[in-house]
Amino acid sequence: MNNCLAIIKRELAAYFSTPLAYVFIVIFLALSGALTFFMGAFFERGQADLNSFFSFHPWLYLFLIPAISMRLWAEERKTGTVELLLTMPVSIWVLVVGKFLAAWTFIAIALGLTFPLWLTVNYLGDPDNGVIVASYLGSFVMAGSYLAIGSCISATTRNQVIAFILTAVLCFLFLMSGVELVQSFFQGWAPSFLTEALASMSFLTHFNTIVRGVIDLRDIVFFSSIIGVFLYINTAVIQLTRGS
Amino acid sequence: MVLKENMIVIEGLTKDFDSFRAVDNISFNVKKGEVLGFLGPNGAGKSTTMKMLTGYLPISSGTASVCGNDVTRYPLETKARIGYLPEGAPLYGDMTTIGLLNFIAEVRGLSNADKRDKVNLSIKKLQLESVMNQPIETLSKGFKRRVGFAQAILHDPDVLVLDEPTDGLDPNQKYQVRELIKDMALDKAIIISTHILEEVEAVCSRAVIISAGRIVFDDTPETLKAKSTSGSLDEVFRKLTHK
Repeated sequence: MNNCLAIIKRELAAYFSTPLAYVFIVIFLALSGALTFFMGAFFERGQADLNSFFSFHPWLYLFLIPAISMRLWAEERKTGTVELLLTMPVSIWVLVVGKFLAAWTFIAIALGLTFPLWLTVNYLGDPDNGVIVASYLGSFVMAGSYLAIGSCISATTRNQVIAFILTAVLCFLFLMSGVELVQSFFQGWAPSFLTEALASMSFLTHFNTIVRGVIDLRDIVFFSSIIGVFLYINTAVIQLTRGS
Repeated sequence: MVLKENMIVIEGLTKDFDSFRAVDNISFNVKKGEVLGFLGPNGAGKSTTMKMLTGYLPISSGTASVCGNDVTRYPLETKARIGYLPEGAPLYGDMTTIGLLNFIAEVRGLSNADKRDKVNLSIKKLQLESVMNQPIETLSKGFKRRVGFAQAILHDPDVLVLDEPTDGLDPNQKYQVRELIKDMALDKAIIISTHILEEVEAVCSRAVIISAGRIVFDDTPETLKAKSTSGSLDEVFRKLTHK
Protein backbone atom coordinates (compact mmCIF):
# COMPACT_ATOMS: atom_id res chain seq x y z
CA MET A 1 0.00 0.00 0.00
CA ASN A 2 2.73 2.42 1.05
CA ASN A 3 4.90 1.59 -1.91
CA CYS A 4 1.93 2.10 -4.23
CA LEU A 5 1.59 5.57 -2.70
CA ALA A 6 5.27 6.23 -3.35
CA ILE A 7 4.77 5.32 -7.02
CA ILE A 8 1.73 7.60 -7.31
CA LYS A 9 3.63 10.47 -5.69
CA ARG A 10 6.62 10.11 -8.00
CA GLU A 11 4.53 9.83 -11.14
CA LEU A 12 2.43 12.86 -10.30
CA ALA A 13 5.57 14.85 -9.53
CA ALA A 14 7.00 13.72 -12.88
CA TYR A 15 3.98 15.21 -14.67
CA PHE A 16 4.42 18.54 -12.97
CA SER A 17 8.22 18.61 -13.24
CA THR A 18 7.90 19.82 -16.84
CA PRO A 19 5.71 22.63 -18.22
CA LEU A 20 3.89 19.95 -20.21
CA ALA A 21 1.37 19.32 -17.45
CA TYR A 22 0.38 22.98 -17.27
CA VAL A 23 0.21 23.22 -21.06
CA PHE A 24 -2.02 20.18 -21.08
CA ILE A 25 -4.38 21.59 -18.48
CA VAL A 26 -4.59 24.94 -20.29
CA ILE A 27 -5.32 23.24 -23.61
CA PHE A 28 -7.93 21.02 -22.02
CA LEU A 29 -9.67 23.95 -20.34
CA ALA A 30 -9.48 26.21 -23.38
CA LEU A 31 -10.71 23.56 -25.77
CA SER A 32 -13.51 22.30 -23.57
CA GLY A 33 -14.61 25.91 -22.98
CA ALA A 34 -14.46 26.87 -26.64
CA LEU A 35 -16.30 23.73 -27.73
CA THR A 36 -19.01 24.29 -25.15
CA PHE A 37 -19.71 27.90 -26.06
CA PHE A 38 -19.14 27.92 -29.83
CA MET A 39 -19.69 24.43 -31.18
CA GLY A 40 -22.06 23.40 -28.43
CA ALA A 41 -24.04 26.67 -28.53
CA PHE A 42 -24.28 26.81 -24.75
CA PHE A 43 -26.14 30.16 -24.68
CA GLU A 44 -28.25 29.73 -27.78
CA ARG A 45 -29.71 26.46 -26.57
CA GLY A 46 -31.21 28.24 -23.62
CA GLN A 47 -31.06 25.09 -21.51
CA ALA A 48 -29.79 25.02 -17.95
CA ASP A 49 -27.58 21.97 -18.36
CA LEU A 50 -24.02 21.06 -19.30
CA ASN A 51 -24.81 18.74 -22.21
CA SER A 52 -22.97 20.95 -24.63
CA PHE A 53 -19.92 20.64 -22.37
CA PHE A 54 -19.93 16.89 -21.76
CA SER A 55 -20.89 15.81 -25.28
CA PHE A 56 -17.42 16.79 -26.53
CA HIS A 57 -15.50 14.86 -23.90
CA PRO A 58 -15.25 11.57 -25.81
CA TRP A 59 -13.63 13.46 -28.69
CA LEU A 60 -11.37 15.65 -26.55
CA TYR A 61 -10.10 12.61 -24.66
CA LEU A 62 -9.35 10.90 -27.93
CA PHE A 63 -6.16 12.88 -28.40
CA LEU A 64 -5.55 14.36 -24.96
CA ILE A 65 -5.51 11.10 -22.96
CA PRO A 66 -3.01 9.33 -25.26
CA ALA A 67 -0.75 12.34 -24.69
CA ILE A 68 -0.86 11.65 -20.96
CA SER A 69 -0.60 7.88 -21.11
CA MET A 70 2.10 7.58 -23.78
CA ARG A 71 5.00 8.20 -21.41
CA LEU A 72 3.85 5.93 -18.57
CA TRP A 73 5.90 2.87 -19.58
CA ALA A 74 7.48 3.78 -22.91
CA GLU A 75 9.70 6.38 -21.25
CA GLU A 76 10.83 3.94 -18.55
CA ARG A 77 11.73 1.40 -21.18
CA LYS A 78 13.60 3.93 -23.26
CA THR A 79 15.70 5.33 -20.40
CA GLY A 80 16.21 1.90 -18.80
CA THR A 81 14.71 2.94 -15.45
CA VAL A 82 12.23 0.11 -15.85
CA GLU A 83 15.08 -2.15 -14.69
CA LEU A 84 15.41 -0.12 -11.50
CA LEU A 85 11.67 -0.26 -10.95
CA LEU A 86 11.25 -3.97 -11.65
CA THR A 87 14.07 -4.93 -9.27
CA MET A 88 12.36 -3.19 -6.36
CA PRO A 89 10.49 -5.44 -3.92
CA VAL A 90 7.12 -4.45 -5.38
CA SER A 91 4.83 -6.59 -7.52
CA ILE A 92 4.23 -5.52 -11.11
CA TRP A 93 0.52 -5.20 -10.46
CA VAL A 94 1.19 -2.54 -7.80
CA LEU A 95 3.44 -0.62 -10.21
CA VAL A 96 0.79 -0.74 -12.95
CA VAL A 97 -1.99 0.40 -10.63
CA GLY A 98 0.20 3.11 -9.08
CA LYS A 99 1.11 4.61 -12.43
CA PHE A 100 -2.49 4.40 -13.62
CA LEU A 101 -3.82 6.08 -10.48
CA ALA A 102 -1.28 8.89 -10.80
CA ALA A 103 -2.32 9.64 -14.38
CA TRP A 104 -5.99 9.35 -13.43
CA THR A 105 -5.46 11.80 -10.57
CA PHE A 106 -3.89 14.19 -13.04
CA ILE A 107 -7.01 13.96 -15.23
CA ALA A 108 -9.20 14.45 -12.18
CA ILE A 109 -7.35 17.70 -11.50
CA ALA A 110 -7.89 18.89 -15.09
CA LEU A 111 -11.54 17.86 -15.01
CA GLY A 112 -12.02 19.47 -11.61
CA LEU A 113 -10.72 22.77 -12.91
CA THR A 114 -13.71 23.04 -15.25
CA PHE A 115 -15.84 23.89 -12.18
CA PRO A 116 -16.43 27.52 -13.35
CA LEU A 117 -18.74 26.10 -16.03
CA TRP A 118 -20.77 24.40 -13.37
CA LEU A 119 -20.91 27.64 -11.37
CA THR A 120 -21.94 29.53 -14.51
CA VAL A 121 -24.82 27.26 -15.33
CA ASN A 122 -26.03 27.46 -11.72
CA TYR A 123 -25.81 31.24 -11.80
CA LEU A 124 -27.73 31.50 -15.07
CA GLY A 125 -30.42 28.97 -14.39
CA ASP A 126 -31.62 26.12 -12.30
CA PRO A 127 -29.95 22.96 -13.64
CA ASP A 128 -30.39 19.43 -12.39
CA ASN A 129 -27.17 19.12 -10.39
CA GLY A 130 -27.68 15.41 -9.97
CA VAL A 131 -27.31 14.96 -13.71
CA ILE A 132 -24.20 17.13 -13.72
CA VAL A 133 -22.56 15.12 -10.96
CA ALA A 134 -23.44 11.91 -12.81
CA SER A 135 -21.97 13.34 -16.01
CA TYR A 136 -18.74 14.30 -14.26
CA LEU A 137 -18.53 10.79 -12.84
CA GLY A 138 -19.25 9.30 -16.26
CA SER A 139 -16.65 11.48 -17.91
CA PHE A 140 -14.11 10.51 -15.24
CA VAL A 141 -14.61 6.75 -15.58
CA MET A 142 -14.55 7.05 -19.37
CA ALA A 143 -11.26 8.93 -19.12
CA GLY A 144 -10.03 6.06 -16.93
CA SER A 145 -10.91 3.58 -19.67
CA TYR A 146 -9.00 5.56 -22.30
CA LEU A 147 -6.12 5.78 -19.86
CA ALA A 148 -6.02 2.05 -19.09
CA ILE A 149 -5.88 1.35 -22.83
CA GLY A 150 -3.12 3.94 -23.20
CA SER A 151 -1.08 2.59 -20.31
CA CYS A 152 -1.32 -0.91 -21.75
CA ILE A 153 -0.19 0.25 -25.21
CA SER A 154 2.61 2.31 -23.68
CA ALA A 155 4.02 -0.86 -22.13
CA THR A 156 4.38 -2.51 -25.53
CA THR A 157 6.85 0.00 -26.98
CA ARG A 158 9.73 2.28 -26.07
CA ASN A 159 8.61 4.89 -28.59
CA GLN A 160 6.17 7.43 -27.17
CA VAL A 161 4.94 8.58 -30.59
CA ILE A 162 3.94 5.04 -31.52
CA ALA A 163 2.23 4.68 -28.14
CA PHE A 164 0.28 7.90 -28.78
CA ILE A 165 -0.92 6.91 -32.24
CA LEU A 166 -1.83 3.31 -31.40
CA THR A 167 -3.72 4.44 -28.31
CA ALA A 168 -5.67 7.04 -30.27
CA VAL A 169 -6.57 4.45 -32.91
CA LEU A 170 -7.68 1.81 -30.40
CA CYS A 171 -9.69 4.35 -28.40
CA PHE A 172 -11.29 5.55 -31.63
CA LEU A 173 -12.41 2.01 -32.41
CA PHE A 174 -13.93 1.62 -28.95
CA LEU A 175 -15.57 4.99 -29.27
CA MET A 176 -17.08 4.42 -32.70
CA SER A 177 -18.12 0.78 -32.46
CA GLY A 178 -21.73 1.71 -31.67
CA VAL A 179 -22.12 4.37 -34.33
CA GLU A 180 -24.42 3.77 -37.31
CA LEU A 181 -21.53 4.15 -39.76
CA VAL A 182 -19.56 1.28 -38.25
CA GLN A 183 -22.62 -0.79 -37.49
CA SER A 184 -23.96 -0.65 -41.04
CA PHE A 185 -20.63 -1.92 -42.28
CA PHE A 186 -21.13 -5.12 -40.28
CA GLN A 187 -24.90 -5.49 -40.47
CA GLY A 188 -24.91 -6.80 -44.03
CA TRP A 189 -22.99 -9.98 -43.33
CA ALA A 190 -22.09 -10.38 -39.66
CA PRO A 191 -24.43 -12.32 -37.37
CA SER A 192 -26.56 -10.08 -35.18
CA PHE A 193 -24.99 -11.22 -31.90
CA LEU A 194 -21.65 -9.91 -33.19
CA THR A 195 -22.98 -6.50 -34.20
CA GLU A 196 -24.81 -6.27 -30.87
CA ALA A 197 -21.70 -7.24 -28.95
CA LEU A 198 -19.78 -4.63 -30.87
CA ALA A 199 -22.39 -1.98 -30.16
CA SER A 200 -22.36 -2.84 -26.47
CA MET A 201 -18.61 -2.17 -26.37
CA SER A 202 -19.07 1.42 -27.54
CA PHE A 203 -17.80 4.10 -25.18
CA LEU A 204 -20.13 6.60 -26.83
CA THR A 205 -23.30 4.60 -26.14
CA HIS A 206 -22.42 4.06 -22.48
CA PHE A 207 -21.28 7.62 -21.96
CA ASN A 208 -24.39 9.12 -23.55
CA THR A 209 -26.63 7.13 -21.21
CA ILE A 210 -24.79 8.53 -18.20
CA VAL A 211 -24.85 12.10 -19.52
CA ARG A 212 -28.60 11.89 -20.04
CA GLY A 213 -28.74 11.48 -16.28
CA VAL A 214 -29.50 7.79 -16.20
CA ILE A 215 -26.95 6.30 -13.87
CA ASP A 216 -27.23 2.71 -14.85
CA LEU A 217 -24.96 0.44 -12.85
CA ARG A 218 -24.20 -1.42 -16.08
CA ASP A 219 -22.50 1.59 -17.62
CA ILE A 220 -20.27 2.11 -14.60
CA VAL A 221 -19.52 -1.60 -14.49
CA PHE A 222 -18.72 -1.48 -18.20
CA PHE A 223 -16.11 1.26 -17.82
CA SER A 224 -14.70 -0.31 -14.65
CA SER A 225 -14.31 -3.64 -16.42
CA ILE A 226 -12.53 -1.98 -19.34
CA ILE A 227 -10.10 -0.43 -16.83
CA GLY A 228 -9.63 -3.73 -15.00
CA VAL A 229 -9.12 -5.79 -18.15
CA PHE A 230 -6.62 -3.41 -19.72
CA LEU A 231 -4.61 -2.99 -16.53
CA TYR A 232 -4.51 -6.77 -16.26
CA ILE A 233 -3.21 -7.02 -19.84
CA ASN A 234 -0.78 -4.21 -19.01
CA THR A 235 0.67 -6.30 -16.16
CA ALA A 236 0.98 -9.32 -18.43
CA VAL A 237 2.70 -7.26 -21.13
CA ILE A 238 5.31 -6.02 -18.66
CA GLN A 239 5.80 -9.52 -17.30
CA LEU A 240 6.41 -10.80 -20.84
CA THR A 241 8.54 -7.97 -22.21
CA ARG A 242 10.77 -7.36 -19.19
CA GLY A 243 14.40 -7.50 -20.10
CA SER A 244 13.86 -7.13 -23.83
CA MET B 1 35.34 -21.11 13.46
CA VAL B 2 31.90 -20.29 12.24
CA LEU B 3 31.17 -21.46 8.76
CA LYS B 4 30.24 -18.54 6.57
CA GLU B 5 26.87 -19.08 4.96
CA ASN B 6 26.26 -18.96 1.24
CA MET B 7 24.32 -15.79 0.47
CA ILE B 8 24.04 -16.37 -3.26
CA VAL B 9 23.61 -19.83 -4.71
CA ILE B 10 23.45 -20.22 -8.47
CA GLU B 11 22.94 -23.68 -9.95
CA GLY B 12 22.82 -24.59 -13.62
CA LEU B 13 21.61 -21.12 -14.52
CA THR B 14 20.76 -20.83 -18.22
CA LYS B 15 19.21 -18.11 -20.35
CA ASP B 16 17.98 -18.56 -23.89
CA PHE B 17 16.98 -15.68 -26.13
CA ASP B 18 15.05 -17.32 -28.97
CA SER B 19 17.72 -19.62 -30.41
CA PHE B 20 20.67 -17.87 -28.80
CA ARG B 21 22.01 -19.20 -25.49
CA ALA B 22 23.36 -16.18 -23.60
CA VAL B 23 24.14 -17.95 -20.33
CA ASP B 24 24.93 -21.64 -20.40
CA ASN B 25 24.63 -23.76 -17.27
CA ILE B 26 26.47 -21.52 -14.81
CA SER B 27 26.94 -22.52 -11.18
CA PHE B 28 28.68 -20.70 -8.34
CA ASN B 29 28.12 -19.59 -4.73
CA VAL B 30 29.02 -16.40 -2.96
CA LYS B 31 29.55 -16.36 0.79
CA LYS B 32 29.19 -13.53 3.24
CA GLY B 33 32.35 -11.42 3.23
CA GLU B 34 33.26 -12.40 -0.29
CA VAL B 35 33.68 -9.98 -3.17
CA LEU B 36 33.28 -11.85 -6.41
CA GLY B 37 34.69 -10.27 -9.54
CA PHE B 38 32.63 -11.32 -12.51
CA LEU B 39 34.78 -11.02 -15.60
CA GLY B 40 34.38 -11.62 -19.27
CA PRO B 41 34.47 -9.94 -22.64
CA ASN B 42 31.49 -7.85 -23.74
CA GLY B 43 28.52 -10.05 -24.56
CA ALA B 44 29.79 -12.98 -22.50
CA GLY B 45 26.64 -13.03 -20.36
CA LYS B 46 27.72 -11.09 -17.26
CA SER B 47 24.82 -8.64 -17.27
CA THR B 48 22.34 -11.33 -18.25
CA THR B 49 23.38 -13.42 -15.23
CA MET B 50 23.03 -10.42 -12.92
CA LYS B 51 19.64 -9.55 -14.36
CA MET B 52 18.39 -13.05 -13.65
CA LEU B 53 19.78 -12.96 -10.12
CA THR B 54 18.04 -9.65 -9.38
CA GLY B 55 14.75 -10.86 -10.81
CA TYR B 56 14.65 -8.54 -13.80
CA LEU B 57 14.99 -11.30 -16.39
CA PRO B 58 13.06 -14.55 -16.20
CA ILE B 59 15.29 -17.63 -15.85
CA SER B 60 15.17 -20.20 -18.69
CA SER B 61 16.43 -23.10 -16.59
CA GLY B 62 18.42 -23.70 -13.43
CA THR B 63 17.97 -21.86 -10.14
CA ALA B 64 19.28 -18.82 -8.35
CA SER B 65 18.69 -18.13 -4.69
CA VAL B 66 19.47 -15.24 -2.40
CA CYS B 67 19.71 -15.70 1.37
CA GLY B 68 18.09 -19.12 1.04
CA ASN B 69 15.10 -17.97 -1.04
CA ASP B 70 14.61 -18.89 -4.68
CA VAL B 71 14.43 -15.70 -6.77
CA THR B 72 11.65 -17.00 -9.02
CA ARG B 73 9.44 -18.35 -6.25
CA TYR B 74 9.97 -15.52 -3.78
CA PRO B 75 10.68 -12.47 -5.95
CA LEU B 76 9.64 -9.83 -3.41
CA GLU B 77 11.55 -11.39 -0.50
CA THR B 78 14.76 -11.75 -2.50
CA LYS B 79 14.52 -8.31 -4.11
CA ALA B 80 14.24 -6.81 -0.63
CA ARG B 81 17.61 -8.37 0.31
CA ILE B 82 19.44 -7.25 -2.84
CA GLY B 83 20.95 -3.87 -3.66
CA TYR B 84 21.36 -3.57 -7.41
CA LEU B 85 23.23 -1.12 -9.59
CA PRO B 86 22.13 -1.87 -13.17
CA GLU B 87 24.51 -1.38 -16.09
CA GLY B 88 24.77 2.32 -16.98
CA ALA B 89 23.05 3.25 -13.70
CA PRO B 90 19.63 4.23 -15.12
CA LEU B 91 17.95 6.88 -12.93
CA TYR B 92 14.98 9.23 -13.16
CA GLY B 93 16.59 12.34 -14.64
CA ASP B 94 13.79 14.68 -13.62
CA MET B 95 14.23 13.90 -9.92
CA THR B 96 16.73 15.47 -7.57
CA THR B 97 19.30 13.30 -5.81
CA ILE B 98 17.49 13.50 -2.49
CA GLY B 99 14.13 13.06 -4.20
CA LEU B 100 15.27 9.85 -5.87
CA LEU B 101 16.79 8.41 -2.70
CA ASN B 102 13.63 9.21 -0.75
CA PHE B 103 11.54 7.59 -3.47
CA ILE B 104 13.64 4.40 -3.40
CA ALA B 105 13.43 4.30 0.40
CA GLU B 106 9.63 4.63 0.24
CA VAL B 107 9.23 2.01 -2.47
CA ARG B 108 11.38 -0.31 -0.37
CA GLY B 109 8.95 0.28 2.46
CA LEU B 110 11.27 1.91 5.01
CA SER B 111 9.55 3.68 7.89
CA ASN B 112 9.84 7.47 8.05
CA ALA B 113 12.53 7.70 10.73
CA ASP B 114 14.50 4.84 9.24
CA LYS B 115 14.19 6.45 5.83
CA ARG B 116 15.75 9.73 6.93
CA ASP B 117 18.68 8.00 8.66
CA LYS B 118 19.44 5.67 5.80
CA VAL B 119 19.12 8.31 3.09
CA ASN B 120 21.44 10.59 5.04
CA LEU B 121 23.92 7.80 5.62
CA SER B 122 24.15 6.84 1.96
CA ILE B 123 24.46 10.49 0.94
CA LYS B 124 27.35 10.77 3.36
CA LYS B 125 29.01 7.56 2.23
CA LEU B 126 29.03 8.66 -1.39
CA GLN B 127 29.68 12.34 -0.67
CA LEU B 128 26.60 13.57 -2.48
CA GLU B 129 25.91 16.51 -0.14
CA SER B 130 26.81 19.09 -2.78
CA VAL B 131 24.33 17.79 -5.36
CA MET B 132 21.48 16.85 -3.05
CA ASN B 133 18.97 19.25 -4.55
CA GLN B 134 20.17 19.10 -8.14
CA PRO B 135 18.14 17.30 -10.83
CA ILE B 136 19.95 14.08 -11.73
CA GLU B 137 19.95 14.84 -15.48
CA THR B 138 22.20 17.85 -14.81
CA LEU B 139 24.83 15.81 -12.95
CA SER B 140 28.15 14.64 -14.35
CA LYS B 141 28.62 10.98 -15.21
CA GLY B 142 30.62 10.36 -12.05
CA PHE B 143 27.94 11.83 -9.81
CA LYS B 144 25.21 9.92 -11.62
CA ARG B 145 27.06 6.67 -11.02
CA ARG B 146 27.46 7.57 -7.36
CA VAL B 147 23.74 8.32 -7.02
CA GLY B 148 23.09 4.90 -8.56
CA PHE B 149 25.46 3.41 -6.01
CA ALA B 150 23.80 5.29 -3.15
CA GLN B 151 20.44 3.94 -4.28
CA ALA B 152 21.80 0.38 -4.24
CA ILE B 153 23.25 0.46 -0.71
CA LEU B 154 20.46 2.57 0.76
CA HIS B 155 18.60 -0.21 2.58
CA ASP B 156 21.80 -1.87 3.82
CA PRO B 157 21.22 -5.05 1.76
CA ASP B 158 22.82 -8.43 2.49
CA VAL B 159 23.67 -8.90 -1.16
CA LEU B 160 25.08 -6.28 -3.52
CA VAL B 161 25.00 -6.77 -7.27
CA LEU B 162 26.99 -4.11 -9.09
CA ASP B 163 27.11 -4.10 -12.87
CA GLU B 164 30.24 -2.21 -13.94
CA PRO B 165 30.22 0.17 -10.96
CA THR B 166 33.36 2.07 -11.98
CA ASP B 167 32.64 2.35 -15.69
CA GLY B 168 33.10 5.93 -16.82
CA LEU B 169 34.64 7.18 -13.59
CA ASP B 170 37.96 9.00 -13.36
CA PRO B 171 40.84 7.34 -11.44
CA ASN B 172 40.06 9.21 -8.21
CA GLN B 173 36.41 8.26 -8.30
CA LYS B 174 37.32 4.66 -9.13
CA TYR B 175 39.55 4.59 -6.08
CA GLN B 176 36.73 5.95 -3.89
CA VAL B 177 34.22 3.41 -5.13
CA ARG B 178 36.69 0.57 -4.59
CA GLU B 179 37.38 1.71 -1.04
CA LEU B 180 33.66 1.79 -0.42
CA ILE B 181 33.23 -1.72 -1.75
CA LYS B 182 36.05 -2.95 0.51
CA ASP B 183 34.44 -1.26 3.50
CA MET B 184 31.14 -2.95 2.87
CA ALA B 185 32.58 -6.35 2.04
CA LEU B 186 32.77 -7.59 5.65
CA ASP B 187 29.11 -8.25 6.26
CA LYS B 188 27.80 -8.62 2.72
CA ALA B 189 28.12 -10.84 -0.30
CA ILE B 190 29.09 -8.71 -3.29
CA ILE B 191 29.20 -9.45 -7.01
CA ILE B 192 30.91 -6.93 -9.29
CA SER B 193 30.99 -7.28 -13.02
CA THR B 194 33.81 -5.59 -14.81
CA HIS B 195 36.14 -5.91 -17.72
CA ILE B 196 38.84 -3.93 -15.97
CA LEU B 197 41.30 -6.51 -14.71
CA GLU B 198 43.13 -4.27 -12.27
CA GLU B 199 39.85 -3.90 -10.43
CA VAL B 200 39.79 -7.60 -9.66
CA GLU B 201 43.20 -7.40 -8.06
CA ALA B 202 42.21 -4.29 -6.15
CA VAL B 203 38.94 -5.38 -4.54
CA CYS B 204 37.97 -8.96 -5.27
CA SER B 205 38.59 -12.00 -3.13
CA ARG B 206 37.57 -14.26 -5.96
CA ALA B 207 37.42 -14.09 -9.74
CA VAL B 208 34.98 -15.83 -12.05
CA ILE B 209 35.62 -15.49 -15.76
CA ILE B 210 32.91 -16.32 -18.23
CA SER B 211 33.16 -16.54 -21.96
CA ALA B 212 30.30 -17.18 -24.38
CA GLY B 213 28.00 -17.93 -21.46
CA ARG B 214 30.20 -20.51 -19.73
CA ILE B 215 32.50 -20.34 -16.72
CA VAL B 216 36.12 -20.77 -17.81
CA PHE B 217 37.81 -19.82 -14.53
CA ASP B 218 36.76 -19.72 -10.86
CA ASP B 219 39.43 -19.12 -8.24
CA THR B 220 41.33 -16.36 -6.44
CA PRO B 221 42.88 -13.46 -8.38
CA GLU B 222 46.32 -14.68 -7.24
CA THR B 223 45.83 -18.07 -8.88
CA LEU B 224 44.69 -16.31 -12.01
CA LYS B 225 47.87 -14.28 -12.03
CA ALA B 226 50.01 -17.33 -11.42
CA LYS B 227 48.67 -18.91 -14.59
CA SER B 228 50.38 -16.27 -16.63
CA THR B 229 53.94 -16.58 -17.79
CA SER B 230 54.55 -12.84 -17.83
CA GLY B 231 52.57 -12.09 -14.67
CA SER B 232 49.96 -10.00 -16.48
CA LEU B 233 46.27 -10.63 -16.03
CA ASP B 234 45.55 -9.40 -19.54
CA GLU B 235 47.44 -12.26 -21.04
CA VAL B 236 45.58 -14.96 -19.06
CA PHE B 237 42.29 -13.25 -19.77
CA ARG B 238 42.96 -13.33 -23.50
CA LYS B 239 44.00 -16.96 -23.38
CA LEU B 240 40.92 -18.01 -21.40
CA THR B 241 38.34 -16.10 -23.38
CA HIS B 242 39.76 -16.43 -26.84
CA LYS B 243 37.90 -18.79 -29.12
